[in-house]
Formats: sequence, structure tokens, C-alpha cells
Amino acid sequence: MDFSDTPEEAAFRKDACAWLEANATLRDGSEKVQDAFMANTPEEVTAAQAWQKRKAEGGWAGITWPKEYGGRGGNEMQQIIWNQEEGRYKVPPNIFVVSSGLVAPTLIAHGTDKQKTEILPSLLSGEGVWCQLFSEPAAGSDLAGIRTRARRDGDDWVITGQKIWTSGAHYSGYGILLARSNPDVAKHKGLTMFVVKMDSPGIEARRIKQISGHSSFNEVFLDELRIPDSDRLGPVDGGWRVAMTTLTNERYTLAIGRSVGGMRAEELIPLASGVTLNGRPAIENDQVRAKIAEFASRQRGMEFTSYRIMTALSRDKEPMVEGSIGKLMLGKLRQEMASFALELTGSTAGISDQPKDETGLWRVDYLTAPGNRISGGSDEIQRNIIAERLLGMPPEIRTDKDTPFSQLK
Amino acid sequence: MNFDFSDDQEEIRQAVAKLLDGHTSFAKSHELLDAGAGFDRDLWAKLAEGGWLGVTIPEVHGGSGMGAVELAILAQEMGRTLAPIPFGAAQYLAIPALVEFGSDAQQAALLPEMATGQKIATVALAETCGFAPGAVAAKVVDGRISGVKSPVSDGAVADVAIVAALDKNDAPGFYIVDLKGEGVQVEPLVGMDPTRPQSRLVFAGAEADQLAGANAAAIDRLMDGAAVLVAFEQLGVAGQALDISTKYALERTAFGRPIGSFQALKHRMADMFAKIELARSNAFFGAWALAENDERLPEAAACARLTALEACQFAGEEAIQIHGGIGYTWIADPHLFLRRGWHLKAMLGPTTIWSERLVSALKAPETTSAKAV
Ligand SMILES: Cc1cc2nc3c(=O)[nH]c(=O)nc-3n(C[C@H](O)[C@H](O)[C@H](O)COP(=O)(O)OP(=O)(O)OC[C@H]3O[C@@H](n4cnc5c(N)ncnc54)[C@H](O)[C@@H]3O)c2cc1C
Repeated sequence: MDFSDTPEEAAFRKDACAWLEANATLRDGSEKVQDAFMANTPEEVTAAQAWQKRKAEGGWAGITWPKEYGGRGGNEMQQIIWNQEEGRYKVPPNIFVVSSGLVAPTLIAHGTDKQKTEILPSLLSGEGVWCQLFSEPAAGSDLAGIRTRARRDGDDWVITGQKIWTSGAHYSGYGILLARSNPDVAKHKGLTMFVVKMDSPGIEARRIKQISGHSSFNEVFLDELRIPDSDRLGPVDGGWRVAMTTLTNERYTLAIGRSVGGMRAEELIPLASGVTLNGRPAIENDQVRAKIAEFASRQRGMEFTSYRIMTALSRDKEPMVEGSIGKLMLGKLRQEMASFALELTGSTAGISDQPKDETGLWRVDYLTAPGNRISGGSDEIQRNIIAERLLGMPPEIRTDKDTPFSQLK
Repeated sequence: MNFDFSDDQEEIRQAVAKLLDGHTSFAKSHELLDAGAGFDRDLWAKLAEGGWLGVTIPEVHGGSGMGAVELAILAQEMGRTLAPIPFGAAQYLAIPALVEFGSDAQQAALLPEMATGQKIATVALAETCGFAPGAVAAKVVDGRISGVKSPVSDGAVADVAIVAALDKNDAPGFYIVDLKGEGVQVEPLVGMDPTRPQSRLVFAGAEADQLAGANAAAIDRLMDGAAVLVAFEQLGVAGQALDISTKYALERTAFGRPIGSFQALKHRMADMFAKIELARSNAFFGAWALAENDERLPEAAACARLTALEACQFAGEEAIQIHGGIGYTWIADPHLFLRRGWHLKAMLGPTTIWSERLVSALKAPETTSAKAV
């Protein structure tokens, strides 16, 4: 264990700092909440792509990626260092969470050499932005219950169905799509994964508005979409295993917080100092101090847990179930913290003090947090994973596990 | 002793519930949410017609002269249906203030038109965090008020406000201010619940007519009363959030079973229920204490407020969670409850203030204090 940098790590940090200093400006508190759930305007997308390209050119985009795919061949500690340093700078929203956190590891694990060499470089440079076409109206937590059909037709597959909650479909050039290739076997067994170009005929994405007022996710209609068999990712009817790689990496990515903006507990201090409570500055109130301490300690705990997970990963090369811990803690903490901030502003709870002010940082944060508790496997699903896979509890009884999908009610 | 509504009161509940069910819908709330402001004028007219805007206004001034319990029943129904009208500030604070402290002339000038819905009233209390009579800076000198009030519920639609301000000796009091008059500026604020829009009022020498007798202690009592009434509205909101959740949990399936069969959700809904019922019991005690002017009102009000805040926020947040992805969308209903809950929280200030009020109201049991000595 060593919570300070080794000489090599210090050197890496110095390089990272120097590059960031030359290429970006430090945050000054004036920036809006930025995270993957925000709407992401065309300008933000362009800015994010330009930043990704710059990072790729500087060798900072694929720190842990193998060199053969254009990465740096570095380790998870370096990734942690990079995240820490980049976090201090005003950079565009990270619209590459799905691309590099979910799609890249799935491709590396299951893609053909051709797929890897064709896709990974453009993914790294930010040219290719990816989305995840998994969830459907009738299948979210129970992903294996998807209904979108993939029918074989010569050298092609013909896909018909509907996806929903697809984050970033509106600015993504590509997607990975899970579909049912064989309805006559048990539900996990008849699925196949594909790579799709989002501008193909037969795909239509429509934005969905979130409770925060942003529209970062979409419903995606698939009507006789043709995909060549060469764009299949992994074996026919072997899509569940491929999807598992994606989902494990999703939990891990969300857990290590590369994607979530959110506010820091420290930001409650200036807020509490500027507000009067029972005639005194709120920051002098014991209840307020105790709350800030609780949030800060939980947030620190999450941060160090993510480092431990990354350390484990750097040894096993396999993201683990522990990712669920971070994923589970994240949404609730964010929700409670934002709620407290809104309460602290007392009667102005949730009401920004400036007329017509659109930023209301904590309000946006509060209305974004519920999404953290649902996306990437809900809190309840994470608890099942922790209890069943880490603590060895018997699994939930699943009556539909072995019945052919076509015979399910 | 009797810990429930009487038959007459239950009849009132059914009557107002019927009217509200016929003239409100969550679709209507969504329309207003999309518009970002405004209120349902048709519903307002219907309630005025039925005499529901003047339940606690004395009969001589065009109301029906009923008590706090009847108003509490109304509040609960308003919460249940998320009625998008400027109801709360007027009913829970402005009317009681006028009835208690207003002169005959002041009452006659405002109450009849409030009962018919022609005049919309609000109260302007807070300036920064929450409201305490001692923490007011707005000032009245020679009958003219200056200062800033924010946030003010229904400020954009109200004709008149009861404003908390200091007199020239820095003693807190209540003043009637005509919001359509000179020296008043009304600025819109972005709030959590656009179906109950908030404003900032800037007064620069506007005419202010004092409600005599509204001193700090009297204002405190008024706040306690409002806390009880708001708690009933919160109960309505929370109860309905639970109701849509149980319905959805029965309909929606995952892993081949209704999601309501998963203990994680079952227990969550049971917790929602328990929190709501706990708050209801406190609110009942509060309503009784308010109606009877019992000395335990401060304790009862703070208990009702604190438990209702918890029940309402928990129900709103967990209703979203139970609905999964669809619950996180703008067009779905769960966030309407969360938003109304925050509006009601904002109306009277946060838990920190009410916990303080509760602890001050509590008396240590005599035996323990004797032992301590
Ligand atoms: C902001 C956001 C972004 C998203 N982005 C994407 C994306 O890019 N691509 C994509 O494919 N999907 C995406 N999703 C979808 C997400 O994965 C699903 O919403 C999630 O898995 C829940 O599924 P559901 O919405 O169908 O809810 P349901 O599965 O219907 O769940 C409803 C409720 O039941 C509970 N529940 C379900 N099963 C169990 C169980 N076994 N035990 C206990 N409780 C249970 C859930 O926890 C939830 O509270 C996104 C969702 C959100 C909110």
C-alpha cells in the first residue's frame, strides 16, 4: 500500500500536469455541472471530440490500452493520476463514457482482429462516438428479456424492434446492439451482439426528455435494419456473454467515476458560509457541519474504493464485481448531498437566487442523481449482485430461466 | 378522545375530492410544467364557485367560517391531486393572518374577494434561509416598505401580499402590500415546481398597511399553524406517490414476475407507507392542537412538519426509483410529486429550522431533570 506517488508515478504526474497546463485552463468554479446525463449540444459534442483528439495526439486518451491499438500501454495507477489531474481543468463533457468505458473493452475481448483494427483507432481519436443499444421498453433490469429480433438473411441480418434509454444515440455514429437471434431457446441463450452504423436506413432515434429537463437519452426504432454478418460481435447466439463484458465494464466505469460530474462535498462549505441559519452563518451550525463531514467521508471512501478496485484490476486484468459497490453508493450520495444543499439554502430550496437563472447547479444535480440510481443496473440490481456474487447468498428464484423465450408469457 | 375525522368532515373530504378529481389531471399538471409557469384558472373558478376558497373565512366576509381541521382536509386533497393553483400561501398563511390580526376594514377589503377567487393573495416571509421573525431585513418607515422578499409562492399571480417586515424600531410585524401598486417589482424565479411558480418581490417605498397585533410571538404561532396545514398537503402528495408506485409495481414485470414481488421494492413501499402514517398521526395531533389552540401546538406542528417532510421526500424520490427508466422521464408522473414536495419544503423552511423549534418546544421529563441535578 502506498497512498503517495512512486518516483515513476510522480514523473508521470508531472508530465500530465505539464501537458494539461499547456492545453487547458484550470476550473474556477464558474462551470456548469457537466456529466454524461446532460443534453450535450452540438457545440459541446464538437468540443468534446476536439478535446479527445488532442488527448489522443498527446498520448493521453488510451492510457491503459494496449499499444497495438494506439494506446499508451500504461497501468491503472497512471489512469488514476490522469483522472485526478484532468479533473482540475475545465474540459468539455465526457461523451466517451460508453465508447471507451463500455464498447472498447467489449471489442477488445470479443471482436475479430479486423473489427479491432478498424474500430479502435477512430474510437480513441474521438471521431467515432458510440452508444449502447441494449435496454428496451419491456426489458431493462431483465436485459435477457429483450424482444428486438435479428433474422438471418443470406450474408446479412435483418433487425426489427425498439430500443430505449439509449444515451447519446443522437450524437453517436455507431452503436453496439443486442438482439434476439433465436427465440426458441432459453432467454439468455438466443441473443447476438452487433455493431451498427447509426446512419443506416431503418434506424430512427428520438430524444427523450429527462426530469432535469435535459434530453441525453433516446428511443431508437429499428425497422428492417440490415447488418452484414461481418458486423456481428462475437458468436451467433453468444451475445449474452458479450453483453456481460459490457455490463461489468459499465459498473466499473460508473464506479470509478470517470463519467460522473456531480458536486464535491467541499463545495458545501462556501454554500453554507454564504447562508444564514437561525441568525448565524450556516457553516457554524453543528447539524450542518456534521452533515458535511458525513458526505465528505462517504465521498472519500468511494474515491479510495475506486482506487482499490483499479489496483485489483491492474493485477487481475478483469474488472470485478466490486464495481457494484461504487455504482451503488454513487447515486444515493449524490441525491442526499444535493438535497442537503437545496435545504441549506432554506426557503430558496431548489430556487436559484437569480431571476431567470438557468444554472441552479445543485438543483440540476438533484434532478440528475435519480438517473444514477437507475442507469447501468439499478441500485436494487447492484445489491443483488453484491449479495449473490460477493457474499455467496443464494440467487433469486428465477422461474423463467430455462423456458424457451418463445414460450414465456 | 377520537383520533380521526368526524363523519361530517369525511363528507367534506368526499365532496372536495369529487370536485378535484373531476377537474384536475396529471396531464394538466404536465401542460403547466411544459409552459414553465401559470396556474389552472378553470379549476380556480370551479373551487370559488363551490365555496372552497373561503372555508376558514368568517361568514360575514363571504366565507363558510369553518375550522382548521376542515382546511387540513382540503389541503390533503390539494396535495393528492397536485392541484396547480395558488392555494397554499393564501389559505395557510394569508387568511389566518387577516382573520387573526386584521381590522374590520382590512378584512372587509380583502376577504370577500378572496373567497370569490377574484383576488389572489400570498405571503412574503423569507429573505434568505428559511423564515424566522427575527431574521427579517425588509423595513417599513412612515407606511412605506423597502426590501427584498425571496422566494414568494404565487408572487407572479398574486394581487396582494402579507409581508413580514420590521417597523422603525426594528420590531417584526405583518403588512398588507398591494402588489399591483407603485414601488413593487415582481421578478420570476426558476423553482423546482413550475406549477407553483416562485417570485422575488422587490419593494422600493411601496405602501404598506400594518396588521396590528402581529408581533413576533403571534407570527410564530401562525407559522406553526401553517406547518400543520402544509403537512396535510404533503401527506396528500406522498400518499399519491405511493399509490402510483404500488400500481406500477403490480403492472410492471421483470424476470417473469411483477416487480412488486421483489422484497427490495415491497419493503421500500412498506417504508413509504410507514413514514406517511407516522406523519399523518402527527398531523392529526397538529390539526387538533391548532383548532383547539392547545399549548402543545409548537411541539405538534414541528413534529408534523419534520415527519411530513421526510415522508414526502422519501415517497417522491422512491416513486421515481420504483418506476425505473420511465420514472426518470419528464413525461412520466413521478417527478411531479418530487417537485411539489420541494415546493412545500421551500414554503416554510428546512428541517434544520424545524428541528431547532421542536427541541425548544420539548420539555425534559421532570424525573430525569431532577436526577440530573
Ligand atoms: C439516465 C439513464 C441512462 C441510460 N442509458 C442507457 C444506455 O445508454 N443504453 C441502454 O441500453 N440502457 C440505458 N439505460 C437503461 C437502464 O439500464 C435501465 O433503465 C435500467 O436497467 C432499469 O431498467 P428499467 O428502466 O426497465 O426498469 P425496470 O427493470 O422495470 O425496474 C423497475 C424497478 O424494479 C426494480 N427491480 C427490477 N428487477 C429487480 C430485482 N430482481 N430485484 C429488486 N428490484 C428489481 C428496479 O430496481 C426498479 O426500481 C439508461 C437509464 C437511465 C436512467
